[in-house]
Amino acid sequence: MSMSTILQHCLTGISLGGAYALIAIGYTLVYGILRLINFAHGEIFMMAGYFMIFSLASFPWPIAIVITVVVTTLMGVIIERVAYKPLREAPRMSIMISAIGVSFLLQNLSTYLFTAIPRGYPEIPFLKRIFRVGDVSASFVTILTPVLTIVLVMVLMGLINRTKTGMAMRAVSKDFETAKLMGININRIISVTFAIGSFLAAVGSILYFTDRMSVTPFSGTLPGLKCFVAAVFGGIGNIPGAVVGGFFIGIVETLLVALGYSTFSDAFTFLLLIVMLLVRPTGLFGEKTVEKV
Amino acid sequence: MNIKKRNTIYSLVAIALFLAFLYWLDANRLKQGMMISVLQKGAILALVAVAMNLLNGFTGLFSLGQAGFMSIGAYTTAILIIPVKSLDGVYYMNGVHPAIMSLRVMMAESPPFLQSLYPFIALLLGGIIAAVAALLVGLAVLRLKSDYLAIATLGLSEIVRAIFSSPQFDQITNGSYGLNKIPNFPSMLWGLIPSLVTPFIITGVCVAFIVLLINSSYGRAFKAIREDEIAAEAMGISLYKHKEMSFVISSFFSAIAGGMLAMYMRSIEAKTFSIMLTYDILLIVVIGGIGSITGSVVSAFLVTAAKEWWLRFFDRPLTLFGMEVPLFRTGFRMVIFSILLMIVVLIYRRGLFGTNEFSWDAVRRRLGRRGKEARS
Repeated sequence: MSMSTILQHCLTGISLGGAYALIAIGYTLVYGILRLINFAHGEIFMMAGYFMIFSLASFPWPIAIVITVVVTTLMGVIIERVAYKPLREAPRMSIMISAIGVSFLLQNLSTYLFTAIPRGYPEIPFLKRIFRVGDVSASFVTILTPVLTIVLVMVLMGLINRTKTGMAMRAVSKDFETAKLMGININRIISVTFAIGSFLAAVGSILYFTDRMSVTPFSGTLPGLKCFVAAVFGGIGNIPGAVVGGFFIGIVETLLVALGYSTFSDAFTFLLLIVMLLVRPTGLFGEKTVEKV
Repeated sequence: MNIKKRNTIYSLVAIALFLAFLYWLDANRLKQGMMISVLQKGAILALVAVAMNLLNGFTGLFSLGQAGFMSIGAYTTAILIIPVKSLDGVYYMNGVHPAIMSLRVMMAESPPFLQSLYPFIALLLGGIIAAVAALLVGLAVLRLKSDYLAIATLGLSEIVRAIFSSPQFDQITNGSYGLNKIPNFPSMLWGLIPSLVTPFIITGVCVAFIVLLINSSYGRAFKAIREDEIAAEAMGISLYKHKEMSFVISSFFSAIAGGMLAMYMRSIEAKTFSIMLTYDILLIVVIGGIGSITGSVVSAFLVTAAKEWWLRFFDRPLTLFGMEVPLFRTGFRMVIFSILLMIVVLIYRRGLFGTNEFSWDAVRRRLGRRGKEARS
């Protein structure tokens, strides 16, 4: 493999990793607050793909992007209200089953509404413009993805570290019960968390699918699980960790595919998860937790 | 006659009636195709659901790796029972691995009484391979808690799937082409039990074993771990030993069900055993009630029948009074099904049976109450 091919693959990997990072943040935020693996997050990401297809069919792209992001964010919040809120006091297993149920429902709903045939993802002209440096060529989206990811993460970190809502989010993730006693409106904070997560998933979805060309009702499952692995890898609950995990998994996956091990690229992700859980269960940047009786 | 004896007699009569019904189906198997396929699939899923319930409902280990262990069973069974004549046709792309070929030729040359046993040996072997895999994997994974365990086992089942569909194992698993020409269920006891009834017998025996296990001291230890790990450990229950045991046994029976699924479907591919299969089984367990064996069995049959048969009409365009009902088209059935499921998850959280088991006393009490209401 020549230097430029390697560089080319790295670029693709970084771009994929950026999209993964955005989705992984959604997992990490929700897990940090509710201790729930939001199995429906991958499906939210997939639905955002369909929203984009349909809104772009009748609006110019700037409006279509706004519509997609707003509708996806709303959907995330509504899902939390309907499917997770009633189970707040229930054992953790039932809320996880509810999440699996929601992802099942969204998949079947989109199969019903949009059929299982892959739908072409529309091209947004300015995102697909090709840049060329020497032998390496890249479309604008490839370069935009990591940059946008970093910018969004900076904004999010600012939000969490400097605003009152962010402080409340940190408090809730530290200790649910005490935060409640301190007069924090738990339901509002959880809604905000889901809104942020879904917003990032929508942005991630636009960046991801622009490179992938088509959407099916099942195209959210595997990326969703991989992004959860990314979140665990970086240390669940830790936002910079999720970003590092996302980029890492994106790059390694692309390289494995480039080397001809495409069937093992998914397996690698899960192997990474298991090894990580055994060697360092708290992830790269996670805090140590002590279990109390 | 005391109540216990009477209940036993009721159960025996119910089983006998069900068996008689199966023999009747066998006699009319051309007309009752749908009923037979739904019942057989229900029986197979019932076994996986009970195996999953042993792990999730009784030991409190939230595992999502069922599909992986089922695929181990299915592939082992399929490789061992596809007729030698058809092997070359099945592996037409990459050829059969010489070791498999010679093993199969050796099997084909063995005495006939052994040959009639091979399908069962294949099922058993699939189960044992899965159990050994579970034993090794469990050493590492069972240290994890609740949702981490769930995602790790889910990952494992994806790894198994990736291995089975990878081009490196083409000569064994036929890669992404999958295996076909798998023979149907064998008949048992020199044809006394026709092939149609076999899956029910196997499921029955396996479920009975799991029930005995749950009612033994091991089963009580499982439940103690489910309720409170730390307290259980303080009472002297070895967490490691019992978790490992529950995991291995559950995987063994999942693999047997996987082998039966291969015989039922006649052709398998790695895609069959994706995460969706595990989710389907989890939903059966949830609907039946987490921690109820009879609940899982009943719900396996109900869910299969609803999905494959009773709700079919949602998928066909329907005209009522000369007007076409708008929503009815392909896929609507699954939407309705998932909404029903969400209702169970959110509102009827206990499922059909909760943590209770089916009992004749409960039936009589319910009937009695209804009778009284009717009289008053």
